[in-house]
Amino acid sequence: MGINDTTTDATTGEQMPQRVNPWAPVQYVSNTQTPRLPRDVQPADGGNILLTSVNKMIDWGRSNSLWPATFGLACCAIEMMSASASRWDISRFGAEVFRASPRQADLMIVAGRLSVKMAPVLRHIYDQMPDPKWVISMGACASCGGVFNNYAIIQGVDKIVPVDVYVPGCPPTPEMLLHGLNLLQDKIRQRIPSPVDPLKAAGITYIGSED
Amino acid sequence: MAMEMIKGLATTLKELGQKPTTVSYPEQKRELPERFRGRHVLHRYEGGLERCVGCYLCAGACPADAIYIEAEENTDEHCVSPGERYARVFDVNLLRCIFCGYCEQACPTGAITLERIYELSSMRPDDLVYHKEQLLEPVNSATRGSIEVWTPEPPTETATPIPARQGFFDGLEASAAAVGQGNLPAEQEILLEDAYDMPTPADATPESEG
Repeated sequence: MGINDTTTDATTGEQMPQRVNPWAPVQYVSNTQTPRLPRDVQPADGGNILLTSVNKMIDWGRSNSLWPATFGLACCAIEMMSASASRWDISRFGAEVFRASPRQADLMIVAGRLSVKMAPVLRHIYDQMPDPKWVISMGACASCGGVFNNYAIIQGVDKIVPVDVYVPGCPPTPEMLLHGLNLLQDKIRQRIPSPVDPLKAAGITYIGSED
Repeated sequence: MAMEMIKGLATTLKELGQKPTTVSYPEQKRELPERFRGRHVLHRYEGGLERCVGCYLCAGACPADAIYIEAEENTDEHCVSPGERYARVFDVNLLRCIFCGYCEQACPTGAITLERIYELSSMRPDDLVYHKEQLLEPVNSATRGSIEVWTPEPPTETATPIPARQGFFDGLEASAAAVGQGNLPAEQEILLEDAYDMPTPADATPESEG
């Protein structure tokens, strides 16, 4: 039953708003859910049948040498540093080489809230990374704005770059980040393609785009 | 030159016997802190009724606006919780959630707690909006969750046998039934009386002497 449904009063013939449930919500769309692009997490087909084994080999290699870009935006970066330190030791998954240049990086861990002013920089870094490239959205602020539901913070970096794995937490513990990294490795091994680039899907041309 | 090399090697030798600090995470998990806050769990009473009475206090306390509730009236045929209402829809957006535990503190019936479940990453953000069916614990395993960790023990010197219940809502043991609301009988009749008319130990002492 929608908000605008009405019933006709039997005695006066007036249109009365129909409210069966007195605790019916004022608002039917939750604030907690950001509308997002539809996405498909089905594995892609194997491609050329002759190259199946080679593709598996390449995926295995790629998933075990994910070099992240050195890019920390806020307090989540502290946990990211902790994950790369000796206690959690992200190098066990071949991801210890935090590259200072995006040209040498495969993975961008967006660690922290992304302000509107920083968004072009983030996109620039993403464009500078060579293909294939992946993005982990680390923490509540990067994933959907978190507590910063205001005009200055982008409500989710998936509006700027395609995000492969979302890691909740504020900030996520190093285990949560490592779990996200393992999930991304599984995703690469299963050949699940990255989601659609949001800026390309929206037809936005920007400085640095190929068109 | 040789002295420095010996010094350096001495450090190496000293650290040789140490156990490695690395926790091999997916295979081996560290012992979490006592008050670690992970994913939410909705609790039940022993009889299978839900503790949540649909009061919206957790949604109001949430600084990130991560909880969405739609409450509905309990009826005699369809009684889900001992209160007047129950949560028909209880969604927690774990992507918004900052795991602060304010919902746990705001809950008057101890229905929602944050447990040590932290492996939550997902490829689809929609999957991280957890619904009531995913958050509720099974019918036959009613637990209190981490609320026992968060409620401090009373100091032993202040523990007095009379009155056992202070007469106001302490939020730990209370439920809607405890204060005589809802469809179930009150757990303790004393809560319905006026707290200020109760005999105190100071009043009782002269009577017993005289």
